[in-house]
Amino acid sequence: MTTTQSTEAPAKAATPPAPGTALRVQNFVIKYGFIFVTVALFLYFALTEGSFRESATLLDTLRYVSVAAILGLGVTLTMAVGGMDMSVGAVAGLGVSVAAQTMVVFNQVGTVAILAVLVAGALAGLLNALLIVVLKIPDMLATLGTMFVIQGSKLILVDGQSITPGMTLDDGSTAPGRFTDGFLKIDRGTVLGVPVSVIVFGALTVAAWVFLARTRWGRILYAIGANPEASRLAGIRVGAYRALAYVVSGVLASVGGLILASRIGQGDVSAGTSQLLEAVAVALVGTSVLGRGRPNVWGTALGAVLIGIITTGLTIKGLPYYTQDVVEGAVLILALVFSFTLSKRRTA
Amino acid sequence: MSPTETPAVALTDVSMAFGGRTVLASVSLDIAPGSVVALLGANGAGKSTLIKILSGVHTDHGGEVRVDGSPVALDSPLAARRLGIQTVHQRIGEGIVPGLSVAENLVFEELAQRRGNPFLGGRATLARAREIQAGLGLEWSDSVLKQDVTELGISDRQLLILARALATRPRLLILDEPTSALSAAEAERLFALVRRMREDGIAVLYVSHRLGEIDALADRLVVLRDGLLTGDQAKPFDWDAALRAMLAQAQEATTARPVREGDQGATVLSLRGVRLFEGRSPLDLDLRTGEVTGVVGLLGAGKTELARGLFGAEPFTTGTLELDGTAYAPRRPADAIRAGVHLVPEDRHADALVPGWSVAQNISLPFLRSLSRAGLVQRSEEDALGRATVEALGVVTRDEHSTVEELSGGNQQKVVVGRWLAQTPRVLILDEPFRGVDIGARRDIGRRARTLAAEGAAVLVLSADVDEVLEIADRVVVLAAGEIHLDAHGEDAERDRVIQTISASV
Repeated sequence: MTTTQSTEAPAKAATPPAPGTALRVQNFVIKYGFIFVTVALFLYFALTEGSFRESATLLDTLRYVSVAAILGLGVTLTMAVGGMDMSVGAVAGLGVSVAAQTMVVFNQVGTVAILAVLVAGALAGLLNALLIVVLKIPDMLATLGTMFVIQGSKLILVDGQSITPGMTLDDGSTAPGRFTDGFLKIDRGTVLGVPVSVIVFGALTVAAWVFLARTRWGRILYAIGANPEASRLAGIRVGAYRALAYVVSGVLASVGGLILASRIGQGDVSAGTSQLLEAVAVALVGTSVLGRGRPNVWGTALGAVLIGIITTGLTIKGLPYYTQDVVEGAVLILALVFSFTLSKRRTA
Repeated sequence: MSPTETPAVALTDVSMAFGGRTVLASVSLDIAPGSVVALLGANGAGKSTLIKILSGVHTDHGGEVRVDGSPVALDSPLAARRLGIQTVHQRIGEGIVPGLSVAENLVFEELAQRRGNPFLGGRATLARAREIQAGLGLEWSDSVLKQDVTELGISDRQLLILARALATRPRLLILDEPTSALSAAEAERLFALVRRMREDGIAVLYVSHRLGEIDALADRLVVLRDGLLTGDQAKPFDWDAALRAMLAQAQEATTARPVREGDQGATVLSLRGVRLFEGRSPLDLDLRTGEVTGVVGLLGAGKTELARGLFGAEPFTTGTLELDGTAYAPRRPADAIRAGVHLVPEDRHADALVPGWSVAQNISLPFLRSLSRAGLVQRSEEDALGRATVEALGVVTRDEHSTVEELSGGNQQKVVVGRWLAQTPRVLILDEPFRGVDIGARRDIGRRARTLAAEGAAVLVLSADVDEVLEIADRVVVLAAGEIHLDAHGEDAERDRVIQTISASV
């Protein structure tokens, strides 16, 4: 039964001294299995489909997942404090409408639109914080409520219609503005060949990672998620930090909304709805990447990339678009098996 | 206890290792029916591991276990229970199901496994619950049986779990620190029950740090140290030998040392007109430097209310506080910590530890601000703090990166206490700091508390155990129903007088 142990994990100082071989293999699989699957799938698609190898396709893949990934970062933050922000899709959708309203109806420049969208996201986050921290409603239910309220009030705001340049307004006049070129560059423009939205995704990922994994504020968010009462008795203002997580999540969701608005180029009323489940899925997949079994930023980002690779790859392979949900669902369940079933067994 | 009698449970060469570290090394032990065997050992000696093997939690152990003479496989908690080994764990909360009634909790074991009538109605449940409680001599009325189990006080919950365990007519009953949450009178009630079980032929394995209890209750005493059986005595016990077997080096027995007159330092924290309970008289109290103030009182005396109020966790509604002469009104723990008032809470799992985190991370949690530069946590400084605390209190752990769950209960407690002891506060409040902690660590904690007091802090220790308080405190305050009944130094705080005051105040 002596197998050669070439699968030596890059030993960290904290790994326990020489556990059994079977346990070591299992630990290795739990820790790096997901990354391995991602790389293997990538190689498979790259070797079998010529068009997958083109850098344009790869960048498009990242561009495609950037919205879900950024929303997923917000979900990750709220999961760290032991909650879950279910309103991120609606907030992104709100962002799309606010951007369109500001530029098309009020004829403002792109910068004003960006500020308006970010403010709207922060306000949505504050509403969540109010419901959860002050009114003590359980996180998921509160944000679910917020989701419906935001979606509904957005419809009222735009009379249930998509806002397009040149549309007729209530008073019979024609909408004066349009999406500015600068604003459209958020998703369509590139810097050194890399789409702006991908750069935003990368920058936010690094920033969120530093915040959550390296600063004391991030440490405190995790502490609150794991034991709120112990955190309070350690002198932490638990309510303030939970509010912070939801406000940041709201702002991140509105950044997703900006990218989405720039991509669609009009105030589509249904925008953002489908992003919620992807964002939650990405964050949940993220808990299993690196085998941490807890929400983490790199996991979320890698989870988004994995889902992007799978959808793009399968699309190139000719799988109809309507099979995507099944594939993404299967990935999610597999990830949950990793983070709950297997890692539980390891600690038992 | 004749040697020819078949033991109820016999262990032969039982061993266990975690990740290469041996925690039990070939332990052999026979437990005769109708006997109470006390198990003594320092934190991390292997007591919990032994209990977990017997209760079917740790299944991959070496050696053999026999029940009534035949070898058995304890491969699950259910298997252990079917073989007649019942365990009452230290944490009572793990045994009861909130949301169910007292009666349903009493019959829960049967609800959970018996292949009987699945449509067990309210009346049948009540009838069966009455039978079970009668087995313990409990006399709960039907209205008590019907109320939600969370309405019961902690000692009644303990009795409930005991009654449930006994209803299965076990061969061996394991009691893990059963009195840690009980007052003296409640503990007496428990002892009477244990004696009755012994008469019924049940073998009892009794785990406790309280030597007085063991002396009163046990027929035999075994000692574990570093996974080895180092002591085995029949009554009457030689405590000196037992303690030597338990702690590598000899230490004097835990006879309470006399309370001495304090050095009468300056007043650090003063309370005026603080009311702990609605409708009770307000109390005044001054905490001074140079002395350790011990507050002793039964469960519900208001000790935890006092501690949490001073710490701002549940602010007092009446009265005023002064810290070093200036007004002090903490509205939340963060205010208290900033002012230099620190609390070691009573319940380490609920109120202090972050599960899944390393020892170092648990220690540093309240002090992240001082361990950060520009918001970034400095890990080397954090690790150094963790190592220093581990060394200062002799925490048994692989290193400061181990997760707290890998530590035994007593060592977790050392982490929780050590977190605050490493600091230099103005006021240190220790609420039941010795729960599950061995004598060696108790000494270390006491010594550190005394040093802090001598260096100019006020130290307040709250405990239900008179001997613990007499051992650590220079001044004893007896609290009952939120009022002070005695506040004495030196010879005035003599053991009998303290106990008399407590019993008179009930």
